[in-house]
Amino acid sequence: MFVAWRDLRFAKGRFALMGSVIVLITLLVGLLSGLTAGLARDNTSALTGLSADHLAFARPPDGQAVSFTGSTVGAEQWRALGARPGVDSAQPLGISTVNAEAGRHTAAVSAFGVRPRSGLAPDTTAPGTAVLSQQAADDLGARPGDRIALSGTSLTVSAVAGDASYSHTPVVWIDLGDWQSVAPGGQRSGEQATVIALCTGDGADLGGADRAAGTETRTVDGALEAIGSYQAEDGSLQLMRGFLFVISAMVIGAFFTVWTIQRSGDIAVLKALGSSTPYLLKDALGQAVVMLVGGTVLGTALAALIAVFVPDSVPFVMEPLTTLGPAAVMTVLGAAGAALSIRRITAVDPLTALGSAR
Amino acid sequence: MSLDLDEITLTYPDGDGRITALDRVTLHVPAGTCTAVVGPSGSGKSSLLAVAATLVTPDSGTVTVGGTPTDSIGPAERAELRRRSLGIVFQQPNLLPSLTALEQLQVMAHLDGRKPREVRERAGELLAAVGLTDQARRRPHQLSGGQRQRVNIARALMNEPSVLLVDEPTSALDHERGAAVLDLLARLTRQRGTATVLVTHDRAHLAVADEVCEMVDGRLTTAGPSRDTAGGARYTPTPELDSATDNSSATC
Repeated sequence: MFVAWRDLRFAKGRFALMGSVIVLITLLVGLLSGLTAGLARDNTSALTGLSADHLAFARPPDGQAVSFTGSTVGAEQWRALGARPGVDSAQPLGISTVNAEAGRHTAAVSAFGVRPRSGLAPDTTAPGTAVLSQQAADDLGARPGDRIALSGTSLTVSAVAGDASYSHTPVVWIDLGDWQSVAPGGQRSGEQATVIALCTGDGADLGGADRAAGTETRTVDGALEAIGSYQAEDGSLQLMRGFLFVISAMVIGAFFTVWTIQRSGDIAVLKALGSSTPYLLKDALGQAVVMLVGGTVLGTALAALIAVFVPDSVPFVMEPLTTLGPAAVMTVLGAAGAALSIRRITAVDPLTALGSAR
Repeated sequence: MSLDLDEITLTYPDGDGRITALDRVTLHVPAGTCTAVVGPSGSGKSSLLAVAATLVTPDSGTVTVGGTPTDSIGPAERAELRRRSLGIVFQQPNLLPSLTALEQLQVMAHLDGRKPREVRERAGELLAAVGLTDQARRRPHQLSGGQRQRVNIARALMNEPSVLLVDEPTSALDHERGAAVLDLLARLTRQRGTATVLVTHDRAHLAVADEVCEMVDGRLTTAGPSRDTAGGARYTPTPELDSATDNSSATC
């Protein structure tokens, strides 16, 4: 990189301009990644935080995908699943979005109905009580011992625990019996829930269990797609991120295409002087990587700095995966774009360094 | 170490046919001597230089650089040969704009896999030899045309080549600076024992050469030594060259 470093210093205006573009794109990707992760957390943390590895849905009609809104499972199903070899536990879980009131405060919350000692809630639930997530407690201004009403059903707050959230609403953990009266549709006949949370061990035949119980089982991560809003929201944001990556690679590729054309005379001279093509490619690619790494590091640092000042109300997650991951992808894709551009180095004819042949 | 071109023929595509740039050219340049190739524009001088520099593969004939035949080696080996055995003084200085005068020389070592700082001393000596010690840290745009051409020459000598190919070195210089550059080339050729080929269309440059060859329509003929034993001008253009050129002021 003898020539590359000196080119970077000599043409610092051009490289600074391009570096600024990389910084800004990295900053945008970093913020978008943090927002995507934050929104995903708001949508799914109650499910991803469950002490379960699979969720069983009621088998949907042919041609339809499973969904939390369309799934209703009965007691015979969770008993059947719980009795299958390899299934350590099968706990019913009722999920519905309801209106909560506490004094003058009202808020939309997700009511998660669980059985006592199921291990699904962050604290012990009992009939007539509710365990509020921290956000639900904040929204309702409620503390342990206060009374709240979920769709008209009065419950006593037994604890405030965890920060579970589902479909952008804070979670209130209640007894499954209470949930059946709280959930839209009113009093349900018999014991019912939305899904069955499974803890499985080695040798669990979930396919056979589904056939026997009339269910469709997904891993917890796979079950997230059954949240309608999550799929649309996450898909859109990931598409935007993807476009930013592609745009970034194309912009970098365009820059290095122009840059390589501009210095084709110098490349011809170096070739005529005996430089090998791999030497020149390594030099040019190294130059691109230096600019990319510098730009992405600065852009990521700026994104991290901005994240510090993001208010708690904004769903934003700043983690290594949401910051370093996009930066690494930017660098790799940018280097790929640059590599495609600088390959024209191989086509530069050293003869042009001698001037026109006479 | 000498440069030998043996029966070189080079043709280029020209419409439906081919044009002959070099027609069975044979040239032997011994170490420590300078052979000037003179001829009008379009006579094939630069084609000769391109073949000698291994930048173009001839249709037939053999190029031997410092004892190494080049007709059976690939592009990578040719590049290595150019790095280690050939020095090229371009018509235009062709300096890299981002490098200082010193770095223009150091890059030659870097191309060859050596650390630039290891050759700093030698690069400094070469710059001193061309009278540019004070300009070592200047970039091309901070140098005059003559200074750039001297850096061009010093760069060509950096890897101690056995063969030096010089293409119209004074075309961008005034008479006084051009004469100084030619004297420098002649001196370095003898001091360092290189086999130097000086391509020019200006007969005024021939006084520095040991041998003069004429190139007319792709054919090379040896016209003899440029000076007589007393050091006076001896070369007289052949009638073929005279009719092909319009350079009535040229002298040797």
